[in-house]
Amino acid sequence: MPDVSIRHRLDRFTLDVEFSLANHWTVIFGPSGAGKSTLLRMLAGLTNPDFGRIHLAGRTVCDSAQSFAVAPGRRSVGFVTQQPALFPHLTVRENVAFGILHFSRTARAHRIAEMLRLFGAASLVDRRPAQLSGGERQRVALARALAPGPQLLLLDEPLAALDDSSAHDILSRLLALDLRVVYVSHDLTEIWRLPAHVVLLENGRVKATGPPHQVLAEHRDRLLQLLGI
Amino acid sequence: MDFQALALTLRLAAVTTLILLAVGIPLAFWISSTRSPLRPWIEAAATLPILLPPTVLGFYLLVLLGPRTVFGRAAAHLLGHPLTFSFAGLVVGSVIYSLPFAVQPLTAGFHAVDAALLDQGRLLGAGRFRLLREILLPLSLRSVVAAAALCFTHTVGEFGVVLMIGGDIPGATRTLSIAIYDQVQDFSYAQANRTSLLLLAFALAALVLLYSRGARDRASHA
Repeated sequence: MPDVSIRHRLDRFTLDVEFSLANHWTVIFGPSGAGKSTLLRMLAGLTNPDFGRIHLAGRTVCDSAQSFAVAPGRRSVGFVTQQPALFPHLTVRENVAFGILHFSRTARAHRIAEMLRLFGAASLVDRRPAQLSGGERQRVALARALAPGPQLLLLDEPLAALDDSSAHDILSRLLALDLRVVYVSHDLTEIWRLPAHVVLLENGRVKATGPPHQVLAEHRDRLLQLLGI
Repeated sequence: MDFQALALTLRLAAVTTLILLAVGIPLAFWISSTRSPLRPWIEAAATLPILLPPTVLGFYLLVLLGPRTVFGRAAAHLLGHPLTFSFAGLVVGSVIYSLPFAVQPLTAGFHAVDAALLDQGRLLGAGRFRLLREILLPLSLRSVVAAAALCFTHTVGEFGVVLMIGGDIPGATRTLSIAIYDQVQDFSYAQANRTSLLLLAFALAALVLLYSRGARDRASHA
């Protein structure tokens, strides 16, 4: 049975997908408006599908047949989007601490330092989001998402607005983690380099799945046309 | 100047404002976050006092709080005296009459908070109360201050509802606006003028403070 089996009516089409997640990285790839972000929001539990079932990290988190949906905060997922959505009234330390208030004070301080170090943001701990650059905000957002120790990290084009150097650095740090990741992108060159299982999405349907070189090569002409290249 | 009426008016405004914030914040949070089909009805009911003539609202409250209804009898039993023509009755009437002045700015303030921040809060395990306390309220502080200022000022100046429910009992239900009415009835225009000027200056000062704070906030966010 696939991990994700969803049918959901959108404005222009119906999102109707079935696929399984890879053990390391799964890339949801497709042109803008293909339903990628909606799909990710459903995995996170921020939107519930009209019909379907979602199985994440060994357990069912949503099953419309049983009117069952686990709340976002109980799915053990981290979610980072292109706009990092840091809490503007809190410092970097307080942002990262937000999801781990149940830790002891010592464990929390240790975890915050560890996460910020992991993404090269240890020196930013007392700053507020307004005092950070785009790349720094994204590093803090990733540290915040990973601080509670999620079993799955959902990334919705988190590097799209960053310069190449920041994007490459953050991507390298992410790839070094032993973590299941679902990564949404419409950047062909970025996907080509990733050691990932690719799910090609178009108009709400899965058109192909497999390794990047296989999926991208087989659909090269169609993809270039869709991406306007 | 009727200082007894002034003290009563300030006490009524303070108590009403505190109750309205305690009631208005959860109500505005519910309105801004629910998908319930009841939302438009509740929102309309919370806005209705703006459109109703104060005498209409006052009349229905007089009937509701009086000894002819179960609510009125129960309240009288609990308090040891009828709600009508008492300070407690004035508070009930003022809370209902000024409810829109709390709920409207609070709802607008909560709506203005980026939904992505609330999504992140939920993903990081925050329940509704924590979302309200740690994200929505700090980020809509200006709306909370505006709601409090509007409720206080509006209560200080109310007349029709207060007169219908409370009458004109010195020290118990006579507020400044009723004192002005009495002074005019007695042809004490000079006294009425002084009391009116006080209310006018108070309302103007509250609004100037509110708008200057808004301008500062906009400048700091620019």
